[in-house]
Amino acid sequence: MDHPTLLEKLNALLPGKVLGSTDRFGSLEVAVDRKALAEVVGTLRNDQDLAFDMLIDLVSIDLSLYPGWTGDRFAVNVLLKSLPKNHRLQLKATAPEDDPSFPSLAGLYANADWLEREAWDQMGLKFTGHPNLKRILNHHEFVGHPLRKDYPITRRQWLSANESLMDEMDVRLKTKGYR
Amino acid sequence: MRTLDPKTLLPEGASAEGLDVVSREDRDDLVFVNLGPSHPATHGTLRALVALDGETIKAAVTEIGYLHRGFEKDCEVHTYQQCIPYTDRLNYVSAIMNNVGFCKAVERMLGITLPDRAMVLRLITCELNRIIDHLVAAGTNLVDIGALTNFWYSFNAREKVYDILEKLCGARLTSSYTRIGGLSRDVYPAFADEVRTVLKDVRRAVGELERLVSKNRIFLERTQGVCVISKEKAISYGWTGPTLRACGVEYDLRKAEPYYHYEDFKFEVVVGTKGDIYDRIFVRLLEIEESSSIIEQALRKLPEGPVMSDDKRVAVPPKERTYGNIEGLMNHFKIIMHGICPPAGEVYDFTEAANGELGFSIVSDGSKNPYRVKCRPPCFMNFAAYAEMVEGGMVADAVANLGSINIIAGELDR
Repeated sequence: MDHPTLLEKLNALLPGKVLGSTDRFGSLEVAVDRKALAEVVGTLRNDQDLAFDMLIDLVSIDLSLYPGWTGDRFAVNVLLKSLPKNHRLQLKATAPEDDPSFPSLAGLYANADWLEREAWDQMGLKFTGHPNLKRILNHHEFVGHPLRKDYPITRRQWLSANESLMDEMDVRLKTKGYR
Repeated sequence: MRTLDPKTLLPEGASAEGLDVVSREDRDDLVFVNLGPSHPATHGTLRALVALDGETIKAAVTEIGYLHRGFEKDCEVHTYQQCIPYTDRLNYVSAIMNNVGFCKAVERMLGITLPDRAMVLRLITCELNRIIDHLVAAGTNLVDIGALTNFWYSFNAREKVYDILEKLCGARLTSSYTRIGGLSRDVYPAFADEVRTVLKDVRRAVGELERLVSKNRIFLERTQGVCVISKEKAISYGWTGPTLRACGVEYDLRKAEPYYHYEDFKFEVVVGTKGDIYDRIFVRLLEIEESSSIIEQALRKLPEGPVMSDDKRVAVPPKERTYGNIEGLMNHFKIIMHGICPPAGEVYDFTEAANGELGFSIVSDGSKNPYRVKCRPPCFMNFAAYAEMVEGGMVADAVANLGSINIIAGELDR
């Protein structure tokens, strides 16, 4: 589906949800309200003609030092791909500094679990409804979020003891029927 | 027979009822074992904590990040050209593919079209890297399940491909061969002949590998029907590349969204049927043949010409122009001191790397440093599914599975 048709279809399917769109460097980006993010993605995934069955990536951005930017501090790009229809779409949602939260997509795509953990770890974004929002790339004693623009690149943090992982294991065992 | 389910061992007529009730005592009987983070079978530093009932994995959780070195943060304080050597260290088994992936994204922002020769050479070196990556993945995977001999067959061939890359750019693993707008240098005169010779060696090695394992009962029992993942699950986990194709999904970016004129080459997309370890190994082995065929076709149509775009925004002018006229000197100064400045905006670009879709999201503010770089490593999605895949299997299956999804920690942890 080419981009104008895709956009038309989006507008018809989600009236009032598409806040704006850009078509640059060959990819279509659609801005949506962050509160409606999970709902929009769910609709895009389940619609027969759009069939966005794969979550490609989730990109977190700290816009605080972006020249000329006066809007919300944080942004999330949700990159979707449809294998049967072979088209792509990028969704963008922003959140203010005092409430950097987005609805979780973990119920829609299996890989959203780790991608959202990464966004939390690196950028400090919260995903409401995420089953296990803990750090993933940095260690568990780490303080702060390194990809935020106010985190100095030279600040290193030591780990004193590794993580037992038993908190995750207990949850996992419960789902397997162990009490 | 593989199954060790106690229910099948019951005497005839006995009831299996009540056997699957899990009590508090069962929970206390579990033994918790760390696989990794540092172990010969973990292909880098990865950790899985498994709950064992005998030798069966009842539950597993994974931890990553042991090789996290802040690639994305580092990019923000470097110029676009300086990021290229960092990309070598993502998937260090097929470094040129990462170079190409990153440069392609920046070139897309700048709107640069590569000279034909650069495009074909990128394609050839990428396919050579794909061959290396697949040989390493299949070879080490076989070592993990005890088939050491195969490892030498695959690594011999890999070594010969590395000899070519070494002649090409001076480095074996961390090649930094591409530049934004083209390549760092042209190939050496005997390149085409040497590649053809090496492809013969590669084909022989793959043939020997296949003959060694394809009828080997131990290999078949260890891999067939082990750690199966369904098509739907794999898509939901965002799997791409050979691991997704092993599940029976005919999806290859080189066919679906071709770049660098892949559509002009004749090759088949190798697809598995079951999504088990066997399929993942064989999809890789068969893809080596397809890559070899692409390289041969590309060598036949390798055009003459420059390997670097002459676009003034990215290309350092030749020395005679730098020293010979003022405009050349200014261009040189601009590129070296001010760097490459793509227009402000966001781009996501992707290539079919050896492990799957390697993507780079770049946010530019119009300055010489990227404002934000996000790499989409294919392994990250593969490893997210790992815990779920190994549950219910045995410890040895977990080891075999790790090799089959080809986790490269450099790319996983960035």
